[in-house]
Amino acid sequence: MSLPLPPGTDRATFNRAMADCRKVVGDDWVFTSEEDVLLYRDAYSPLWGEPQERIPAAAVAPSTTEEVQGIVRIANQYRIPIYAISTGKNLGYGGSAPSMTGSVVLDLKRMNRILEVNEKQAFCLVEPGVSYFDLYNYLQEHNIKLWIDCPDPGWGSLVGNALDRGAGYTAAEYRNHFDAHCGMEVVLANGEVLRTGMGAMPNSQTWQCYKSGFGPWIDGMFSQSNFGVVTKMGFWMMPEPETNLKGVVHFYHYKDLIPMVDIMTHLENSKIFTGYPDLLSPLFGTPGLIGVHDFWVNGPQQRDEEFQALAARGAAPEEYEPYAEKHHIPFWSCIFSFYGPEKVVRAQWEHVQETFQAQVPEVEFEEREFYKTPLTQEEKDNLKHSGQLGVPSLKTFVIGARTPWNSHPSHGHMWFSPLIPRDGRELLKVNDILGKAARELGLPVGFAFNTPFPCWERCFMFIIGFLLSEDPEQNRKSREAFRKLVKIAAEHGWGEYRTPVIFQDDVMSVYSFNDNALLRFHETVKDAVDPNGILSPGHYGIWPKHLREKKK
Amino acid sequence: MNRRAIEILLVLLPVVAAPAWADNHGQVEKGHQVFKKWCAPCHAPGKKEYPGTVALYAKYHGKKPAALEQRTDLTGEMITYYVRHGVTVMPFFRKTEVSDQDLKELIAYLTRKH
Repeated sequence: MSLPLPPGTDRATFNRAMADCRKVVGDDWVFTSEEDVLLYRDAYSPLWGEPQERIPAAAVAPSTTEEVQGIVRIANQYRIPIYAISTGKNLGYGGSAPSMTGSVVLDLKRMNRILEVNEKQAFCLVEPGVSYFDLYNYLQEHNIKLWIDCPDPGWGSLVGNALDRGAGYTAAEYRNHFDAHCGMEVVLANGEVLRTGMGAMPNSQTWQCYKSGFGPWIDGMFSQSNFGVVTKMGFWMMPEPETNLKGVVHFYHYKDLIPMVDIMTHLENSKIFTGYPDLLSPLFGTPGLIGVHDFWVNGPQQRDEEFQALAARGAAPEEYEPYAEKHHIPFWSCIFSFYGPEKVVRAQWEHVQETFQAQVPEVEFEEREFYKTPLTQEEKDNLKHSGQLGVPSLKTFVIGARTPWNSHPSHGHMWFSPLIPRDGRELLKVNDILGKAARELGLPVGFAFNTPFPCWERCFMFIIGFLLSEDPEQNRKSREAFRKLVKIAAEHGWGEYRTPVIFQDDVMSVYSFNDNALLRFHETVKDAVDPNGILSPGHYGIWPKHLREKKK
Repeated sequence: MNRRAIEILLVLLPVVAAPAWADNHGQVEKGHQVFKKWCAPCHAPGKKEYPGTVALYAKYHGKKPAALEQRTDLTGEMITYYVRHGVTVMPFFRKTEVSDQDLKELIAYLTRKH
């Protein structure tokens, strides 16, 4: 595979630009050989091996903000597009590959300094190359009683995940990684450095303590965008709780889903519980967060003939009710997670039980897990979902992997992940509409009913997974199906919170209120702050002027 | 060689040999750190917890150890191939993650039992 050049750039100009980059970061950190540059492909590309796969022209790895400034200035001088990555481990959403073929990847992995951890004020300040593993190990080594909130892959970047608006699994205040940030340092397209929030004040004492500073709060403009390169970011952290208690409420009727969601949401908004509420369906075998690992290792549970007959005739979910009643299997379960002193979490759990007991007939309760901190190594090793206890891992990569159950491993995955209201009726509807669409599109639907991810406090995330293949034809079908789901979901008012790079134009196009007023605003900003269009062209569907005109 | 000469040689031998041994030992230890950082989260010993170990268990059904550190048949070429090409759901690693020097040390660690 020969490497592309940046669009509109000739070989001699490109070579001069790379020579100038070498003067800034040193010879070892400018990658131009095929062997090195192809390591920046997206290992989970849905276009793997096809002509449209996004391939970079080169990669440059600065180690300081000053070096980032230097590279940005060179990019401006030569009109070379650069595409910033943090740890580059955003697998399933684009990995380390750029949005546009021929971009030079600006690899920030070497910027891996933990600049401050303040235990008393519970915050940290880190560079983009710091992974969740790095920060976790730092906290352990220094015996700092703070927790990280990590997404599934622990090798992800705090900065990168927050900028992509990812989520985690501890208390609500920390699960939304962008919301949990406080203060940024950004290199703008002209090479200038800007600090947001209180960081705009020289010698500020509260950069990581007060989010919005003075005047317009612009931090959001640097997330899911291409308006600057974030080189530092602060985060609020969770003080290590004394205990974690998990209590399960079991529901035995199909329609219980509706009051279950309403009550759960009210309890969460009232801060009776703050942990991730894990929804599952024991009846349908939908595993929820704590069961997903075992599901992928061991496969779906074996079903008796009666259940198989219902599944074979495509019975509607409510038609399983007599079966559930006969075998006393919960239709739904919700695992509530509480953090705090034992007295407090037990009182909270008691209140949750009393609330459901009063409002839903025939519910049952079960205390599932109880931990005192600090956890022992054995406890950490045996956690069903370590992220809920602030422990990073890579266990999520069992999804699609070869296992005793799965002899045909995938070559990666991608997620279709629209947001839907926190409403039981809507959840039934989305299962009906997207479940039916997925089956018609020939997607392997693992469960008769998909339970949502309640990582955000005011909505659900409904995820349909796609396993990728080495077979381009299979991947083509997946891409087509993905694009159809984007449109079907949009027709019902369900939009994605984040999407793989190759679908970002598709998803942006459905956020089209008032003749795409939002996208047009993004483009106005892009043209103003990055007139040469050098920063991550096409990222999140935002293209600079000269490339928009070419696309037309 | 007389007895005195042999005695001198025996005294000197560890001194002369030490740097080479220390180099290798140092490389193995550094490789252990590389393994712990980049490989262990998927390939640590454990029947069900670690995706890479689960996958190798499913592949070899016990004919080879599922945990990479217990293997005695890994070669430098194999290790280099998987680190730089990946396999199935395992991605490849950039040189800002696992440098060529890290890779050499990793090979020294994973082939130390040969």
